[in-house]
Amino acid sequence: MKTLDNLRQTMRRDQVWDFMQPPVNLQLDVTHGNILYLEDVSVSFDGFKAINDLNLYIEAGELRCIIGPNGAGKTTMMDIITGKTRPDTGSAWFGQRIDLLGLSEAEIAQAGIGRKFQKPTVFEQHSVFENLELAMAGPKDVWSTFTARLTGEQRDRIDEVLGIIGLSEQIHDHAGALSHGQKQWLEIGMLLMQRPHLLLVDEPVAGMTHQEMDRTAELLTSLAGEHSVVVVEHDMDFVRSIANKVTVLHQGSVLAEGSMDQVQNDPRVIEVYLGE
Amino acid sequence: MNLARLLTNDRGGQVFLAILVLVAVLVPVLNLALPESNPLHVPTYTVTLLGKYLTYALLAVAVDLVWGYLGILSLGHGAFFALGGYAMGMYLMRQIGDRGVYGNPDLPDFMVFLNWQELPWFWSGFDQFWFAALMILLVPGVLAFVFGWLAFRSRVTGVYLSIITQALTYALMLAFFRNEMGFGGNNGLTDFKDILGFDIQSDATRIGLFLASAIALALGYLLCRAIVTSRLGRVAVAIRDAEDRTRFIGYRVDHYKLAIFTVSAMLSGVAGALYVPQVGIINPGEFSPLNSIEMVIWVAIGGRNTLYGAVIGAILVNYGKTYFTGVLPEAWLFALGGLFVFVTLFLPQGIAGLLRRRRQKPPEQTDTAQGDTA
Repeated sequence: MKTLDNLRQTMRRDQVWDFMQPPVNLQLDVTHGNILYLEDVSVSFDGFKAINDLNLYIEAGELRCIIGPNGAGKTTMMDIITGKTRPDTGSAWFGQRIDLLGLSEAEIAQAGIGRKFQKPTVFEQHSVFENLELAMAGPKDVWSTFTARLTGEQRDRIDEVLGIIGLSEQIHDHAGALSHGQKQWLEIGMLLMQRPHLLLVDEPVAGMTHQEMDRTAELLTSLAGEHSVVVVEHDMDFVRSIANKVTVLHQGSVLAEGSMDQVQNDPRVIEVYLGE
Repeated sequence: MNLARLLTNDRGGQVFLAILVLVAVLVPVLNLALPESNPLHVPTYTVTLLGKYLTYALLAVAVDLVWGYLGILSLGHGAFFALGGYAMGMYLMRQIGDRGVYGNPDLPDFMVFLNWQELPWFWSGFDQFWFAALMILLVPGVLAFVFGWLAFRSRVTGVYLSIITQALTYALMLAFFRNEMGFGGNNGLTDFKDILGFDIQSDATRIGLFLASAIALALGYLLCRAIVTSRLGRVAVAIRDAEDRTRFIGYRVDHYKLAIFTVSAMLSGVAGALYVPQVGIINPGEFSPLNSIEMVIWVAIGGRNTLYGAVIGAILVNYGKTYFTGVLPEAWLFALGGLFVFVTLFLPQGIAGLLRRRRQKPPEQTDTAQGDTA
């Protein structure tokens, strides 16, 4: 019967075959105020529901913090948004027009979603400058990169980002030789080079000193507004210092949402974090 | 293509190309101009041997391009080398004409021997050099493209990829061993007479082939250099070091791997095509997985990730092989194995790494710590 159903699906007269459809327009449309829509998303790994009926909306330009105990599904959620994991059910839209579930990781990145990994991953054998150059927005097919030459404008952009992340001094150093905190910043800088609309930042201050944390907080707050930023973090002090809106995830769905004070006084959140 | 730009910051490459030009000029002169009694005379045998080393060096450069810069450890590059060789071999077989042992004007000897009545369809066209030349590039290129498309799209990486490249060359070896395949079975293709109308045994042709190998090596080196110095090369290294990161900043990693892998396979094919007329035979043994592993050892010994290191490794190891198999045939494999162990333990960046370290000893030693990203 399954074959028959498939055939019926294929022959439906109210739909156009996939290969006949015009290429996806990667132009972002946020006229309705939200940049990211996750609706009824569920995903399970071997029966374990990592994400369970998750609904999440991110407004354009906002800085949102997502907290939650281990295994709450924070990283899985990022995997879904960036195309690394496909959900079993539900939908994920970037603006009104871009259906994230139909795009590959590279296309999602080109559409304007940048992601910083939990463990800082930079290209260790390349210099700081080259790291930023590679991350730069622009055509990314094989032939264009083979013939690419750096223009003055692009150089300026790299210098500008170097200034933002405070690594102008280290411009020619190997990225592998940077300190842990500097690598985190470099990775954020690489995201900025992509000129993303939405930044997903996974645990930006893990392993940072207090000074470095303060600078990161400053950096992220300055990015909000022009970009939308979603930060996943464990460190509560850090979250308090940057967030005006916090979402608490628990067992793969949203437990509470609101300002830091609201969330912290929510009895369900206290239960999840502290136990009875 | 700006030559100066390709070779700036490539001291090793400059030295290598200078030596290559010198050898390419001196060897023919010493072979042709001096009488055989002169101690400086280079015998034709040596010219051919050097030509063979040069084709190996080109092959090693191709292996280094995918292994050193893209992180794909291919244990099947011998397949592309051999396919290029077979394409050239088929052309040379067709040039024999009716001078074979059986004197059949249409069929190569091995087909007469097998009682075949007519030429198989895939042999048609190989009496033309341009067609053979095209096939030398296309056959390895298309195989690499199809194989790579399947492998890279499914994100097969690391040791799994190495194993299936190995399986690829092994499968081809078994196929080419069969007489029914129409490539001469286990005897392969041999008894060549002419290439482009020149007698393949004559000194002048030998020198011509030697020069062609030298030119191919120089051009192949410059092509690889053009790739690795461009942003494309930096993306390749980025894929090698952090594949996921590269994907998430918007690069289609599979396209990159496919493109570079295919270019490398085509270079290997060219190397194989130049190898065959110089050694005078191509047989399925060239597909043996052992050969492909040896190529990787050349590159490891010479030094990955430098291109010129691959050239050093290929020439040195093969010179050692010629020397040892002449003097102490039983000891050669032990010597090769010992060399590999020694290099892995003490020179993780190969001979090229050693040269580089000696040159920049006074400044800090930060460069030496990079060798352990395998």
